[in-house]
Amino acid sequence: MRQPKIIVVGGGLAGLMATIRVAESGVPVELFSIVPVKRSHSVCAQGGINAAKNQKGEGDTTQKHFDDTIYGGDFLANQPLVKRMCEAAPGIIDLLDRMGVTFNRTPEGLLDYRRFGGTLYHRTAFAGATTGQQLLYALDEQVRRHESEGRVTKREGWTFLSAVIDEGGVARGICAMDLRSMEVKTFPADAVIFCTGGIGAIFGRSTNSVVCTGSAQSALFQQGVDYANGEFIQVHPTAIPGEDKLRLMSESARGEGGRVWVPRNPQEKRAAKSIPDAERFYFLEEWYPKYGNLVPRDIATRAIHRIVYQEKLGLNGQAAVYLDVTHIPRETLDRKLEGILEIYEKFLGVDPRNEPMKVFPAMHYTMGGMWVNAEDQATSIPGIYAAGECEYQYHGANRLGANSLVSCIFGGGIAGPAAVKYARGVEKGTDSVSTAAFEREQKRQEAKNAALIAQDGAENPVTIWKELGEVMTEHVTVTRINKNLERAYAKLAELNARYRKINLSDRTRWSNQTLNFARELENMLILARVITIGAFYRNESRGAHYKPDFPDRDDTNWLRTTRARWVNNDVELTYEPVDISQIPPRPRRYDAAK
Amino acid sequence: MAEKQVILRIKRQQTPKEPSRWEEFALPWRASMNVIICLRDIAENPVTRDGKKTTPISYDSNCLEEICGSCAMLINGKARMACSALVDQLEQPIRIEPMTKFPVVRDLAVDRQFMFESLKRVKAWIPIDGTYDLGEGPRLSPEEQEKAYPLSNCITCGSCLEVCPQVNEHSNFMGAAIFSQVRLFNMHPTGAMHAKERLQASMGNGGIEDCANAQNCVLACPKGIPLTESLAEIQRAAWKQALLGWLIG
Repeated sequence: MRQPKIIVVGGGLAGLMATIRVAESGVPVELFSIVPVKRSHSVCAQGGINAAKNQKGEGDTTQKHFDDTIYGGDFLANQPLVKRMCEAAPGIIDLLDRMGVTFNRTPEGLLDYRRFGGTLYHRTAFAGATTGQQLLYALDEQVRRHESEGRVTKREGWTFLSAVIDEGGVARGICAMDLRSMEVKTFPADAVIFCTGGIGAIFGRSTNSVVCTGSAQSALFQQGVDYANGEFIQVHPTAIPGEDKLRLMSESARGEGGRVWVPRNPQEKRAAKSIPDAERFYFLEEWYPKYGNLVPRDIATRAIHRIVYQEKLGLNGQAAVYLDVTHIPRETLDRKLEGILEIYEKFLGVDPRNEPMKVFPAMHYTMGGMWVNAEDQATSIPGIYAAGECEYQYHGANRLGANSLVSCIFGGGIAGPAAVKYARGVEKGTDSVSTAAFEREQKRQEAKNAALIAQDGAENPVTIWKELGEVMTEHVTVTRINKNLERAYAKLAELNARYRKINLSDRTRWSNQTLNFARELENMLILARVITIGAFYRNESRGAHYKPDFPDRDDTNWLRTTRARWVNNDVELTYEPVDISQIPPRPRRYDAAK
Repeated sequence: MAEKQVILRIKRQQTPKEPSRWEEFALPWRASMNVIICLRDIAENPVTRDGKKTTPISYDSNCLEEICGSCAMLINGKARMACSALVDQLEQPIRIEPMTKFPVVRDLAVDRQFMFESLKRVKAWIPIDGTYDLGEGPRLSPEEQEKAYPLSNCITCGSCLEVCPQVNEHSNFMGAAIFSQVRLFNMHPTGAMHAKERLQASMGNGGIEDCANAQNCVLACPKGIPLTESLAEIQRAAWKQALLGWLIG
């Protein structure tokens, strides 16, 4: 029998899980990653991973996890796969536990669970406040084992440029660039799994890592992979503002009892600690008595914006509110939240155990992503699969905290075997396909590099990127107004025109990071259009997508998945129904029990 | 009054084979700047202090919150992460160089593959039977978890190798980070079943015997990992195993 070959692009949680599953099936897998996989963005996940293990005797069930996820996502997610994910979650925790993840423990030696946003149950397993790091390392170690036993070949320091697609529209491999030698090369495969993560860089500053540009998914979009629900962008309510990055302050701080407040008096001059309780406005607790500080992220984010921009109660008139953990015993803080409190201490020089943290919302996650089918993570191009944040399947209009890690591992775990099954079943293997498609793709990408290097304009790519981030953050995040979205779209066109005149200021052919960044920037500009235009047309408010001019959810017209296609160098939108076969939609509100 | 400035001296190297050179930059100061922000400023306006056009600086970075391990470099002579190196806490001119114990790729970017190869050598993983459903893992006391967790915080940044006198051109010493991982996996109930293999791989060329107890590693670790404890423990375990092997023949 012919031995197929699989390529995985991206070595975060989803990519590593897919890699392990392919390797286990005995099929050789080549793993591509921009950074050494152990440095992938999954390390930044802090708070935990959800699974309804009901280990606190609260009567939690996977069905309740499913319902919380669908409800939290404002009914936009197709339900069958979400149900399967919630049912699989307890088994995923067991697997991670067997891999040696240093989860926090109860006195009986069982895993400990904490509360997270959008649920009333203790459902979140955690390893201190660096759960993503611990999970990524566990999978990284398993992949290293497969690598040392010859089943996995890693290509770290390579960036994906494009898929190789044959005359019949079937994916046959990838074209990638070595970030040191800048060599452009094609790699054949019978199936390719993309796990290329988030798109934070499109918003300039976000909680995402530097590599989260969405460049790969944008390149695929331009080659015919559909992109779904791009307009759904999660803004995390609590991040530490910074010029280079908005550093996440995990929801687990609130899960462990942290409280969000501002002084009731906007002229308040006293230090936080000397303000008596009666003069503090715990606005989340007052507005949402049932869920309090643990309302879902979109709700908390809009509440903070309301406090700052409408009620004018931001700290010292600034865009910030307090996130306060000072009432929690120091010993508990160190045992359960040390990792994130250290970040605050290190970057601001203030100990959050003594003084309330100053936080503000920041772009955090894309619910939208490459369109995949409802069974096995296949995209709209045969041979291309997607898993993790880069696809759209699991979170609807808003993701619940601690559901991303589980969706990465679940999605990757499905995509791996699905790609193997597909690769074994293809009638004509990639090794019997003519080399023309490969040569064509390589030439196309080499020509692109040559053109960028030769260009001699006056525009700087970093400047264009900063302006992109500003316009996207201002108009396409928390509050969306159609005339502003039109303005943003016009700005994107302007940036695109200026991009044609960029000057790389580095024309060398060795480890040219400027060249790579310029390529990513072009792809960011296109994905930004998908997000903006999707937001413009969706005239309703649902989950993270909020339009004051259309304040209500509109199931009659908008209980639909946005599906974007690239046609004649432009974004074309179509809409398809959402699979609501399991839980009928009902109004979503967090000021009372659901 | 002249605008407040940040002065940096950066060691540059075009390719692994070319000689290095220094370039100086003057950037407008802002509150809460870190070294990464400085490098981005230069990328946006790659001009040296004396007005010469140059190229943006090559460097590794990713998470910018000291957890991915990418951006380790020498800042004023000290191995540390650039993202958490706050300008206001640094003496100027800020001297920035690539780490010296790893091959330079370009400018401040270095190749730390040696560390990942070492992790392979010592089998730094729990050998599970498979990813199919086999039920829960072994129970662990909170005390055991609290001992293991700090060790599993290692970000493979290489700072401990950079400051170790035993890591040099005459030795293949794997460095404290690696032996600390051996300790982590040998501590785990499942990992302990294969402790012998890991200890064996920890000895010999570049192995634990090369540690000369300088103790620089533990001071340099940005994650505060008790590296000297790990070294001592693996040293003891390795000796014990070697001695037993010798006794049994």
